[in-house]
Amino acid sequence: MSLLELKNVSKIYGELHALDQANLTVEKGEWIAIMGPSGSGKSTMMNIISCMDRPTSGQVIFDGKDITKESRRKLTEFHRDKIGLVFQQFHLINYLTAVENVMVAQYYHSMPDEKEALEALERVGLKERARHLPSQLSGGEQQRVCIARALINSPELILADEPTGNLDEANENIVLDIFRQLHKEGTSLVVVTHDPEVGEVAQRIVRLDHGKIVSDRKNEHFTE
Amino acid sequence: MNKKQRMFFRMVAASLVRRRSRMIVALLAIVVGATILSGLGMIYYDVPRQMSAQFRSYGANIILTPDNENGIEENTLKAAVAAFDKEQLQGYTPYRYENSKIHNMPVTLAATDFQSVLKTSPYWHITGSLPAAEGEALIGAKTAESLGLSLGDTAAAVNSFTVTDTTDISGIPDYEIVTDPETGEQYCDHELELKITGILETGGSEEDYIYIHSADMNSLLLRERGYDVVEVSVAAMQKELKGYTEAISRQVKGVSAKLVKRVTASESTVLTKLESLVLIVTLVVLALTMICVATTMTAVIAERRKEIGLRKALGALNSSIVAEFLSEGLVLGGVGGILGSVLGYYFADIVSMNVFSSGITLRPLLIPITILASVLVTGAACLIPIRSAVDVDPALVLKGE
Repeated sequence: MSLLELKNVSKIYGELHALDQANLTVEKGEWIAIMGPSGSGKSTMMNIISCMDRPTSGQVIFDGKDITKESRRKLTEFHRDKIGLVFQQFHLINYLTAVENVMVAQYYHSMPDEKEALEALERVGLKERARHLPSQLSGGEQQRVCIARALINSPELILADEPTGNLDEANENIVLDIFRQLHKEGTSLVVVTHDPEVGEVAQRIVRLDHGKIVSDRKNEHFTE
Repeated sequence: MNKKQRMFFRMVAASLVRRRSRMIVALLAIVVGATILSGLGMIYYDVPRQMSAQFRSYGANIILTPDNENGIEENTLKAAVAAFDKEQLQGYTPYRYENSKIHNMPVTLAATDFQSVLKTSPYWHITGSLPAAEGEALIGAKTAESLGLSLGDTAAAVNSFTVTDTTDISGIPDYEIVTDPETGEQYCDHELELKITGILETGGSEEDYIYIHSADMNSLLLRERGYDVVEVSVAAMQKELKGYTEAISRQVKGVSAKLVKRVTASESTVLTKLESLVLIVTLVVLALTMICVATTMTAVIAERRKEIGLRKALGALNSSIVAEFLSEGLVLGGVGGILGSVLGYYFADIVSMNVFSSGITLRPLLIPITILASVLVTGAACLIPIRSAVDVDPALVLKGE
């Protein structure tokens, strides 16, 4: 059974077809890059996959369950339990320390545990910076806190929106190494990016243009 | 407390402490509101007390009169005065009126206690001074004019006794008995030399009398008698004053107590209007304060729209976000209420000192009321913007739209 299936999914805003009859399957443990130019529908697809938005038509099936018609509350719960989000702008709460930012995700999911949060930070190489506020961290460090926060609840899918968009090359490599590690451990990854270098390290590359999936291919150069 | 509850308080505390500059702005708005509420509340409750004391400058508000011809005896007076609360009793002045003659013109002498007279009649305007020793007199301006007397003059008050077998005139020094040639009745005049130390102007009936010491009155009339009237000044509201008059009339024999209605009714009217005015001002200021706090809290919450979107993206339910933000508001409201209660007392004290020239009386009940009001107002002020903020679409907010 696939982890995620989008069946003929469309999202229409007035005259604009942000997503048009998109079909996508994500297998468990798969690493997919969704690529495309600005306005191609990447963000719309990500919002639908992350349950933060609903399609105008079509079906979203997650782990065998059709979640298209679920209530907003159910979708929130579903998203909280199954998906970890990584943002381009990091979106850390600026008055909470790194470890507290990670614990916030635990707080809304189940039960906060500082030890586990510290372990998640250690996993992304930031244990020593756990007591620092976001303003005291570099962009790369903030993104790693964001990844630790996404990982803390052991989600079935990590959904990353332009995760290296605001990073320099060194930090981009660190983040991609973390993704490789997560993939090795069996975590499913969907990375939305317009950066070819980030796209080319994924196992599979899906290209969007004007809301349509224009190509969906395996990456022949993919290496573990 | 479990880990979840600890994390809740950790987040609330972090927001309050680490977002200090923002929180101080919000706290300041709440403290100002609570200070005004507490201060005006204390002034509102203290106005009757302060104004009652101020109104005492209009003179006595209770009159004691005797039920018999002997007047009010000293013991009876003490019993009547004991009925008043010592804190409220500003003073009392007894008067005994007798007729006499000066320069062969009829005059009314009023014996009184000059030490207490200004407590019940603070509006008296005296040129010169109050009589200090026996043989001195304070003369009303009208009487002084009709008798042609001025400050420092001396005049003899004359009392004529009809000499009968029972009249003891031995107290009159060098007395001379005169026989009326027509009726055959015998008279003996008794004179009392009075030195005018002060001239009294009130614009009222007080100007018709000559005020002397009780000892001089006894000496002139050769007999003692109770008082004809006792003026009492009490710092109390009309209802309480009425209670006093009823209690005295009921409990003390030989005395009737009455309100000086022109004074008490005027006081009551002015006080009611003043209380209404302060109440209206308090309510208007409270409404403006609520708007100010609500506006500040709306601004504070609006700038955290992205954070709310993030929390929703992390799986927070609307109820969780409302609880967290509301808790911050309630803590601010509580702290603002405590600070406002303290500052409000000083604010009211300064106002009272400037307006009434006396300090404010602390009303302890106003402290919890202010804190509770501050918490409720802040909570209500937070709830409206929070409820609209939690409806944000996290996807749009996180995209920066």
